[in-house]
Amino acid sequence: MEVRRSFEIQLQNLQENLIEMGHFVRRMLQKAMQALVEQDTALAEEVIADDDVADAMDINIETKCMRLIALQQPMAKDLRVVGTVIKAIADIERIGDYSVDIAKIAIRLSEEKYFKPLEIISKMAATVDTMIDETLKAFLERDLPLVQKVCNEDDEVDHLYKNLFDELLDYMRKDPELVYQSTYFLFVARYLERCADHIVNVAERVHYMVTGQLLQLAPSHRSTSEE
Amino acid sequence: MEGPIKLETQNVNFYFGDNLVLKNISIRIPSNRITAIIGPSGCGKSTFLRLFNRMNDVLEGARVEGKVLIDGVDIYNSNIDVAMLRRKVGMVFQKPNPFPTSIFDNVAYGPRIHGLHKGKDLREIVENALRQAALWDEVKDKLHRSALELSGGQQQRLCIARCLAVEPEVLLMDEPASALDPISTLKIEELMQGLKERYTIVIVTHNMQEAARVSDYTGFIYKGELVEFAPTVDIFEHPQNKLTEDYITGRFG
Ligand SMILES: Nc1ncnc2c1ncn2[C@@H]1O[C@H](COP(=O)(O)OP(=O)(O)O)[C@@H](O)[C@H]1O
Ligand SMILES: [Mg+2]
Repeated sequence: MEVRRSFEIQLQNLQENLIEMGHFVRRMLQKAMQALVEQDTALAEEVIADDDVADAMDINIETKCMRLIALQQPMAKDLRVVGTVIKAIADIERIGDYSVDIAKIAIRLSEEKYFKPLEIISKMAATVDTMIDETLKAFLERDLPLVQKVCNEDDEVDHLYKNLFDELLDYMRKDPELVYQSTYFLFVARYLERCADHIVNVAERVHYMVTGQLLQLAPSHRSTSEE
Repeated sequence: MEGPIKLETQNVNFYFGDNLVLKNISIRIPSNRITAIIGPSGCGKSTFLRLFNRMNDVLEGARVEGKVLIDGVDIYNSNIDVAMLRRKVGMVFQKPNPFPTSIFDNVAYGPRIHGLHKGKDLREIVENALRQAALWDEVKDKLHRSALELSGGQQQRLCIARCLAVEPEVLLMDEPASALDPISTLKIEELMQGLKERYTIVIVTHNMQEAARVSDYTGFIYKGELVEFAPTVDIFEHPQNKLTEDYITGRFG
């Protein structure tokens, strides 16, 4: 052991950077949802500003990955770690983008009086939040059962999305006054559903990183998420 | 493993005197593919390679148990003509070892002693071998100059041409690029890709990146045992054995 000490440190560092970026983006989504629910425009602006930080993290981590590949030629499980990180940051970065989209909607709706409490959306967001947390933990601890749990939770998000979709459609049909808000709520729900898909991608990569097998662990979400 | 098998060993033990150097090795090496053998120095790679042209036979205290087959034929059978075997199984060594004669004569040597040129134009045989070894364009105007005037990389390609001139079926390469500069190394590797259409190639290398770049299959030998043998992508992306993984990720302490 200890033969490639500086390499080990760089690889370790890379994984810590991913965790850090993951939690940063997770926090962006939390703030965006809070901004929406509490109609807090200042908080929404904060999320929009955070996006630059997330983008910088993305570029920084990718640069490190490319450098490790070029200079250290990682192999086998090391190679799988680097490959996983490169893919994962792209998915995590997208979650940051969706958080910004939600924050912008929060600003648009900040003067509105909501016609109903944001129950299902909040539930979706809470599930996605858990999924992000669990995926990062699964990555750090190479925890395959946790990976599977995340993939199962995606079904829950899909299910909530579908219920909300039907419910909002119903409101819109009955009362044109509600179309404006409902449309935005639908967008938010759609973004959350996409976030769940992205975090499932990351979870599937964790599975690959540990086993070497690339699998679609949540086949159900593939069909419902087609455009 | 897909495709026909060219080389095979069945439960081979190899001894130098009392020293058991290869332990119960069974492997099936496919035709027209490049197979790399990796492992730390002294693990038995060169000894393994020399099984297939019986080059170990001449070494003091050498003894083989088990079977070594080429095209299903046991090459340690007493009725095997070793000279014919070595024509069929060419070998390239770590250090280029051209004869101190002309470039032409180096390549013509094998066909002359095997009488292959009878009824054929020797020049044509030589040109053909040099072309296959990707050396022709560099030497065509100086075929009668001394081989020793060539660069190391050119000398190694000349040695490959010398092997090819006797129309072998198998090419054994024992760290063929380890004495060469990076560009010459890449040229040899590129050349190997062209050669595998016609030959079965086994290359021993201690350079893992080289094994990863050139080979279709990789075997990892450790302390005389074949620890893992699999498609090269599997070995370098997700090896099954912990020892293999420790070795190729550079964590052998
Ligand atoms: N001619 C020989 N006589 C006795 N022992 C030898 C001879 N050649 C190699 N060995 C021993 O056999 C083992 C394997 O050697 P070798 O096949 O050359 O390993 P590698 O090519 O992997 O470096 C080593 O322990 C080495 O000391
Ligand atoms: Mg050797």
